[in-house]
Order: sequence, then structure tokens, then C-alpha cells
Amino acid sequence: MNITKNTENDRMNFWEKIYLPEIARGMGLTLKQVFKPKFTRQYPEEVWNPEGSYRGRPVLVKEEGERCVACGLCSRVCPALAIEVQASETEKDKERYPVKFEINMLRCIFCGFCEEVCPEEAIVMSKDYHLVFQSQEEAILGKDKLEVPIAKLQDRLEFLRQYR
Amino acid sequence: MEHQILTFYDWVAKLSSSELVALILIVTLPLVFLIVYALVAILGELKISAFIQERLGPMRTGPWGIIQPVAEVVKLLQKEDITPDAANKPLFNMAPFLMFTAAYAGFAVIPFSSHFVPAGINLGLFYIFAMGSLAVIGLVMGGWASNNKYSLLGALRSVAQIVSYEIPAAIVILSIVVLASSMNLQVINANQGGWFWNWYVFGGPGSIWKLLVIPFTFGMFLLYLIASLAETNRTPFDIPEGESEIVAGYHTEYSGMKFAMFFFAEYANMFVVAALLSILFFGGWNSPFGDFMNGPIWGVFWFISKSFFFVFVQIWLRWTLPRLRVDQLMGVSWKVMTPVAFLCFFAVGLWAMLK
Repeated sequence: MNITKNTENDRMNFWEKIYLPEIARGMGLTLKQVFKPKFTRQYPEEVWNPEGSYRGRPVLVKEEGERCVACGLCSRVCPALAIEVQASETEKDKERYPVKFEINMLRCIFCGFCEEVCPEEAIVMSKDYHLVFQSQEEAILGKDKLEVPIAKLQDRLEFLRQYR
Repeated sequence: MEHQILTFYDWVAKLSSSELVALILIVTLPLVFLIVYALVAILGELKISAFIQERLGPMRTGPWGIIQPVAEVVKLLQKEDITPDAANKPLFNMAPFLMFTAAYAGFAVIPFSSHFVPAGINLGLFYIFAMGSLAVIGLVMGGWASNNKYSLLGALRSVAQIVSYEIPAAIVILSIVVLASSMNLQVINANQGGWFWNWYVFGGPGSIWKLLVIPFTFGMFLLYLIASLAETNRTPFDIPEGESEIVAGYHTEYSGMKFAMFFFAEYANMFVVAALLSILFFGGWNSPFGDFMNGPIWGVFWFISKSFFFVFVQIWLRWTLPRLRVDQLMGVSWKVMTPVAFLCFFAVGLWAMLK
């Protein structure tokens, strides 16, 4: 017969069975916790700065001109149908630009597909996570709110270059 | 003893030349203390739980969140006072007040200092124990009148628990009465005067032979600490209000100010048992260091700091230990604590006889 015994006597010695020393040990542990540094961050005063890999609000990269050529791939790939692009022609090198570029932030799921599919690296995920809206209309961001100067997006662009 | 106990009362009576003023003052002082203490204890509970869990706790209301308890009381005051349709209304409305009255009645005999005790009656210990047991009636009332299965379950559990744990607690208190040969809390305190080795947790005043009785008196202290946790429904004995099992137990249906009364009564009870621990085992208002910082005014300081330490221990234990199962709870009380309490009673009785 192959029997292993697992009675209380096998598992615990006398001092463990009367519990009180173990309770004292547990209380010592919780008392030690009191003096440890705290994890809580005081949010509005202490703001967390994410790494380049963070997927925040999607934004359009703004150089001297704009990178976007309004191909509409982002709008096509978006699983939540949050992006709307209207293209138009221009005399500049790239020949096309978006007249209207809108992202509905109530629909956006921060998946980053738009960034992955973009052939021009024109739409990238930023570090911005302070998203507050007071109405539904306000949550639909137009080009004026989406365009961000390239200097602020260096971390993300660096990350994309390295890992994609 | 008698002339000493009435000193504060006499002093106020002489000052205001009216006994009524003295009476009212002597009754309201513990109530004022209780309110302030409850606010401190609520904040302490929030902060200590936070620190043990490596959080900061409330930080927004005032510097370091120190007026958070005031905000909570204001919140409870503003809430709608709901009485369920199916509830037994007179009982439902009476329960929280009975709970609080029982908890506050205990303060009548608590000696805050050698010269201040609201009522220095000779049966103080007996009275405080009786008032502690009265709380269970409030619990049953609330649980039954709510007409809610979770409330009733909580009330049933609390009755089973409190009645079981009163037995070891009563035996421990009897042992102390044997040691002190008095039920007057002032006399018990006065017996433990001098240095801290005269405290009853260290066997009380006596010759070197008291080393033999120290294990038993220390055991009595642990027994009473555990039993008092059970009597105030604190974790690890909070099955009457185990929120993960039966919503909130007996106060499930209560809201607003009536809930606040239950809450208040719980904290008042915590202080009563902490005060009793400090009086019975740690010399109450006596200074631990002989004549150093001893006297009626310092007595208040020593008594309150000792009692607050035990309130802290209760909060500390709450955030250390998980909740016991119902059968384990009964097992601990009947199979372990009651026999051990009898053993201690026997040993202490023998020692008191031979001393």
C-alpha cells in the first residue's frame, strides 16, 4: 500500500499548533509593513511619466508640414471605427493631405493598430493619458487637437524604430 | 478610598456651588471624551490599515487627511434614513440606540484617574461586564427587526459567539477578583501601584515566589485579549458582520445616522474592553515607574495611553489575521479557552490562598 500520512501532527510542531507564536510572528510582519515606503502616488501633484512603449492617446506627428497622406488605412483597420479621414489634394511633395481627421476618443480602444498600419509613421500613440471630456462632442478630437510637434514624440518614435 | 474617589465631583460641586452642575459635568465628560476618541479611532483605523497595506490612506481632507473622520460623520448625517417596509419599526429604531447606550453605560465606572471616576461603585467590574453583555441584545434586536435573512444570520452568529466568549472572559475576571479581593475598579488599580512589576499581568504585588504565578496571569491576559476581541466583533472574530459572507450581518438594513450609531457603539466597545485590559492587567492610571510622573493628572495620561495602545492592538490584529470559520470559533472558545481559563483560575486561586 502506498499511503502518505498527512495529519495535523505531521504538518505542525507543538509551537505551531498552539498558534500564539505564529500570530505574534504575523503581527511582527504587519508592523514591519508600516515602516516600508508606500506605493501610493498623489496623482494630480505627482504625475507618472510612462515609458516609450506606453500606448496613450493616438496623435498625428507634426513636422514642418504634416506626415499624413490621408491613405485611410488607419480608418480601415480601426476595430472600433473611431477614425474618420477625408483626403484632399495639394501642390506639395506628398500631393495628398487630410482635410478632416477625427478620432472619437469614446470609441478608441488604444489597440495601436492605426500606428502599426501607417505607412508614413504619421499616427503614433502618445504618452498622454489625462483624458477628460465634459460632453460627447468634445470627445471627438479634430486635427487641431491631434497634431503634436515631433519633439514631444521622440520616445515613441525611438521605441518604434527599435522594436518594429 | 471613598473620599479620594469623590474628589473631582466635590471640587466641581464646590466651584459651582451646585451639585446638579457637578453631576451633569461628570456625566458629559466621558461622552465628550468618547466622541473625540471615536474620531481619533476612525482615523487610526483608516491610517493603520493603509500603512500595513503600504498605502497612504486618506490624504485629501486636511493635512494628511486628519479631518477625514469628520467628513465621514457629515456624510452619514446627510444620508437618507431608510426603514424597510417589512421591518419591525419600534425594534428597528431602538436597536442602535440600545447598542450605544450599553456601550456608553460601561463608561460610568471606568476610572480615568485616581480622582476621577463617574461612579465609584463597589461592583464596578460586575457592572461593566453586565453592560458589555447588554450589547448582544441590541445586536439581536437589529438583526431580528430588519426582517432580512442576512441580518438574522449575523445576529444569530453574534449571539452564539458573544455568549460563548463571555465564559472564559468571566472566569478571567473572576481570577482577577480573587487576586485583588475587590470588584471596585479603583481598588484594583490602587493595588497595582508602584512599579510595573506590581501589575497583575506580572502577578501583582508580592514576593519573589510570584514568578510561579506569572505564566498564569500572562495567560489570563492573552485569554481576555482574545475574548474581548470576540465580544466587540472585531476581526478575527467578525463573523457577525462578515461582509464577504453575509453582506454586513446585523446592520445590513441600517443607513445614515442609525448605522453611525452602530459604528459608534463598536468603537465605544473597543475602548471599554481596552480600558478594562489596561485596568485589570496593566495598572490603569498607575505610572509604570513608581513615583515618576504619578498623580491624578498624569493618571489620565497613563490610563488613556495604555487604553489607546490596546485599541491600536485591536486595529493591528484586524489587519493581520483572517476571519475564523464558525466551527473553529466555537472550538477555540469551548475546547481551548474555557479549560485554560479554569486552569488559570485554579492556579491563581491556589496562589492567593497560600500567599
